Amino acid sequence: MLCCICKEKEAKVHLTQITGDKMQKVDLCEDCAKTKGVNDPQGFSLADLLLGLGASHEIEQSAGGSDLKCLRCGFTQADFKKAGRLGCPECYGAFAEALEGLLKTMHKGTHHIGKVPESLRQSRDLSDRLNTLQEKLTKAIEGEDFEKAAVLRDEIKQTTAHLTDTPAN
Amino acid sequence: MELHTFLTPPAESARRKGPHDRIVMSSRVRLARNLKDAAFPGWAKKPERIRVLELVRPAVEELPEMKDAFSGTMDSLSALDKQILVERHLISREHAAKSAGSGLVLNRDETFCFMINEEDHLRMQALRPGLQLRQAWSAIDQADTTLARKLVYAFSPELGYLTACPTNIGTGIRVSAMLHLPGLVLAEQINPIIQSVSKLGLAVRGLYGEGTEALGNVFQVSNQMTLGESEGAIVERLEKVLAQIIEHEENARATLLEKKPKMVYNHIGRAYGILANAHSISSKETMNLLSLMRLGVDVGLFRGVERSVADELFILTQPAHLQKQHSEKLTAEERDLLRADMVRERLRHISRPVAHSPEAGGAGLDKTAK
Repeated sequence: MLCCICKEKEAKVHLTQITGDKMQKVDLCEDCAKTKGVNDPQGFSLADLLLGLGASHEIEQSAGGSDLKCLRCGFTQADFKKAGRLGCPECYGAFAEALEGLLKTMHKGTHHIGKVPESLRQSRDLSDRLNTLQEKLTKAIEGEDFEKAAVLRDEIKQTTAHLTDTPAN
Repeated sequence: MELHTFLTPPAESARRKGPHDRIVMSSRVRLARNLKDAAFPGWAKKPERIRVLELVRPAVEELPEMKDAFSGTMDSLSALDKQILVERHLISREHAAKSAGSGLVLNRDETFCFMINEEDHLRMQALRPGLQLRQAWSAIDQADTTLARKLVYAFSPELGYLTACPTNIGTGIRVSAMLHLPGLVLAEQINPIIQSVSKLGLAVRGLYGEGTEALGNVFQVSNQMTLGESEGAIVERLEKVLAQIIEHEENARATLLEKKPKMVYNHIGRAYGILANAHSISSKETMNLLSLMRLGVDVGLFRGVERSVADELFILTQPAHLQKQHSEKLTAEERDLLRADMVRERLRHISRPVAHSPEAGGAGLDKTAK
């Protein structure tokens, strides 16, 4: 087996990290293991290593290849492979396919759980409210309760106005 | 105002108190944030970085938390000042390497520090002495909420806060604590602890973070995953693991004192001997020996001596702090001489460690059985 960093020498150091139900494996030659600080368990974290490695691996497999470019900032997948960092927030959309597998190995989940900026939270609350109102309206019309329907219609109008006021980030 | 007159004197910062500060030296919560319409600092050209800095810096300065703060651009700070900030754990080594287009805003009591255009547009940190992760999280959460009213963050409902490095995406949070674990090191239990902690998806790093040695038996424990778990859950998970590590460290100390008191006294006595008598000493050796002296204070071998004596020297003997006390440029050899002079002088009035309890300090030999 060849080292997965230099791809030249025989891999002698084999690392496996099990986190929850995920298993990550890395095979390195002695020289690369040394330069990556793998011999020193105190300063070493598999995630840091996987970032560089996993990134290139996932990207090679993904469709589009290294020529894929972020239209907003001009960053390419080849740049990402080299730097391990992205060019701008839009890159996450441009390289979504390549990033998907990478994020899966790196993180607990693939969907954000946690804090949401206030401005977005408000508009999210409003659109939830709008949905409920729409449902009520449909029911009111079906039940031929036109008085209630008229009230609901006004509320929907108001909520929609609010929603377009709020900056949607 | 000049940075070094703004910073809290080491004598004072070494006296900060917090829960479990015997073992937990400090707690930190960091959030990574980026602006929606700008390239990340590593890819942005200089004019764009300056534009971001000029947008973010005033917004941070206006925070109520940052009243009377120190605010500066990285090109206005000397290399020595930047190194001092690193030694105080206020900025990362990566940020110290930045120049024009990057900045720093630090509040009066050093509980908030904002790095602008480090790897992300904004890296905000709340710092607290001892074990106070919850307090640090709620403090930085509040500052972040206020800032979000002025800055438009890059945020996606699916991926959360977007960061330059995919390892930080989602919450952008890093919750960490700096731990002093001499007991586990002496008892040779530190490696299994590190291994089990990393199995839980947490990282254990050395004194200065990523890729650094655990000098002075100081370790940083932090979360690695940021996507798919809420901030609160991450803080809670870390609290649980830290409680366990604290317990293991206390147990290791108690067991060592019971089973191998002579081994412990030998290490601490020798550490004191070298620190109090050396005429040349490196920063690395100093830190490792001060760690043993700190342990000696904790286990009552230095009567009437406070832990802050060791903690203050821990800060003062580091290279940039030592250089700052002298006007001429020092070579490494000169620093080793001056460091030894300073430590000898400080320990002049501290008597050598003495075991007070009769059964522990007596003639009994260490039991050889484990």
